[in-house]
Amino acid sequence: MRDVAIVSYAQSPSVRTQQDENEVEMLMPLIKEAVEGSGIAKQDIGFTCSGSTDYLSGQSFAFVMAVDAVGAWPPINESHVEMDGAWALYEAWIKIQCGEADSALIFSFGRSSMGETAETLGLQLDPYTLAPLKADAISLAALQARAGLDAGKWTEREMAEIAVRCRAQAKDNPDAQLSGDFETDQLLADPYLVSPLRKHDCPPVSDGAAVMVIAAEEVARKGPNPPVWIRGLEHRLDSHQPGGRDLTLSPSTSLAAQAAGVADGPIDFAELHAPFTHQEVILREALGLGPDVLINPSGGPLSGNPIMVAGLARLGESARRLWAGHGKRAVAHATSGPCLQQNLVCVLEGE
Amino acid sequence: MAEHAAVIGIGQTDFDAKRVDVSQVGLIREAALRALKDAQLEWSDIDAVVIGKAPDMFEGVMMPELFLAEALGCVGKPMLRVHTAGSVGGSTAIVAASLVQSGIHKRVLTVSYEKQSESNAMWALSIKLPFSQTLVAGAGGFFAPLIRGYMARSGAPEDTGIRVALKDRLNALKNPVAHLKLPDVTFEMIANSPMLWDPIRYLETCPSSDGACALIIGDSAAAKQSRSHPPAWIHATQMKTEPTMFAKRDQVMPQAGLDCSAALYKKAGITDPRKEIDCAEVYVPFSWFEPMWMENLHFAPPGEGWRMTYEGATALDGDLPINMSGGVLCTNAIGASGMVRFAEAAMQVRGQAGEHQIDGAKKALGHAYGGGSQYFSMWIVGDQPL
Repeated sequence: MRDVAIVSYAQSPSVRTQQDENEVEMLMPLIKEAVEGSGIAKQDIGFTCSGSTDYLSGQSFAFVMAVDAVGAWPPINESHVEMDGAWALYEAWIKIQCGEADSALIFSFGRSSMGETAETLGLQLDPYTLAPLKADAISLAALQARAGLDAGKWTEREMAEIAVRCRAQAKDNPDAQLSGDFETDQLLADPYLVSPLRKHDCPPVSDGAAVMVIAAEEVARKGPNPPVWIRGLEHRLDSHQPGGRDLTLSPSTSLAAQAAGVADGPIDFAELHAPFTHQEVILREALGLGPDVLINPSGGPLSGNPIMVAGLARLGESARRLWAGHGKRAVAHATSGPCLQQNLVCVLEGE
Repeated sequence: MAEHAAVIGIGQTDFDAKRVDVSQVGLIREAALRALKDAQLEWSDIDAVVIGKAPDMFEGVMMPELFLAEALGCVGKPMLRVHTAGSVGGSTAIVAASLVQSGIHKRVLTVSYEKQSESNAMWALSIKLPFSQTLVAGAGGFFAPLIRGYMARSGAPEDTGIRVALKDRLNALKNPVAHLKLPDVTFEMIANSPMLWDPIRYLETCPSSDGACALIIGDSAAAKQSRSHPPAWIHATQMKTEPTMFAKRDQVMPQAGLDCSAALYKKAGITDPRKEIDCAEVYVPFSWFEPMWMENLHFAPPGEGWRMTYEGATALDGDLPINMSGGVLCTNAIGASGMVRFAEAAMQVRGQAGEHQIDGAKKALGHAYGGGSQYFSMWIVGDQPL
């Protein structure tokens, strides 16, 4: 296995509606920033991979135009996953492991403002047995939250406390969409959005984009940023059917965490792709993170949740924090699908 | 550094306009079970799954791999979903190969599919967004002017496309899973078929198909255990992409395709592709793309690709047979089409292509392209490791 590191990262602020720029315009300055920050000449980057979904923009081949933001001339070695950018990073990491490239540019983008996000995500469901029931993403998460409440795994107060903590932590993040000081009792006085979820239990609707450069050791050491090493990178999947699994657990996260070696050393902080408050509890347990581990110092998806970007952003936010010297070893996590169906776990280490 | 990888199992569904007998789940399982049977493996032997398909709007399900994965034995395993436009079937196979070449996995199942009968591809390709280009006439309307461009540049005879279509439609009669089979097909029947997008006639275009293709890719140890057929060793893989809105683009002879094949041959140690490659499965959705791609793949000099068709070089008994299976012109489950090209190339070097087998094929090329010819993916497979 080759040692591979994150060498640079750039992201747009999460905003409710990005009206002034299309996807290419959102990406272009970020690609410039990430490439310049990597210390690698653009033509020397060996592979490019992006993550996005056509259903956000309501257009087939939405990713094709986004390639124009890279300046793919002469033609480049490039691929695309219809997944969160975190899995684009996985494909790029594999290419480097194959020896086909020594560095890679990863980008992802998502403009949820183009449609009704929760309903759009409902179109991910099995078209024969689930989608006709018209359950949207929030309703499914509510089923999951209810299962945990009934099992005594969390309370509505604990869920609200997670929102309060994430929003407070987001005050230090200039890219956060939702931040500030809130009172738990005040949040709990709000009506339910979809019982037992209140508005604060759900992520904001966000537009955003992110770009990352990774490189093998010999290249990574030459960059201006100290390398943030990818020590473990694994992903696993659970059953799609909400009735096919215990919604209060995330076995795929546990499997990925075990394979990635989360428990092989102390963890200073974790960036978890938990768009709903109760999912932080599920993931903390599945990852085996103790109460002392700081979760989502950036504010996490509850303070900015661009679909298809939010997973890659967990890795990017972790790298930023390690660059800033806040810890040595971190866990970044990304999810996809209804009720945490698919999960990726990455162990990162600073120098 | 890369480990050896080989195709050790291949499965294709029966292709048809409407596979109403199966759901999307049934379709991909049909391909995967045939590949497992071919490889003499069980679900539990598979370490990871890579799924590919063209735009999700072709079936109307967002990221359908999430609901399909469980039917491919994916629970508790890694699953990736690739999408690189029409080249996706090829790119998906390449990603699956890289999971083995990287040393991460020993046996990977990869499946690509399209079930066009569950939605409407023409509609999905023709959505008009504000301030952007629209493709109001589907893929044919987009590619017809490029064919006109090729005809003007090369001076190719007007009936070149008809000859390609006749060859591929006759080849399809020898392929048990091909979708469109016209036993009585003649030159005149194609020439007299309605003009759809001038110069593309009805019988010079691909059908809309339902179907899936699956491959099992294994490392050296897995390949050595391969029992039903010998492994098809992956000599080289390559993907290339070029921009969409760029004045220097030549969409008739895309630089990404020229660069992709050149890089591929270099990796595979091939210096004279026309001579060293025994046969090729090339993505030809409209007849005229055979001569165009013959030049883009460096098989013929610029302006001369049509001669290969005209002189019979690309026929089953020619010196470089192209699309022995009948190709995309006869079977086009879009997301699967690239993987079918890669699979058919592997079938040739494994000697399992039946009636459309090229005797003694040792080295074969699989080719796919997509978008508006921005995306290319290719591989070379051989009967021996490189």
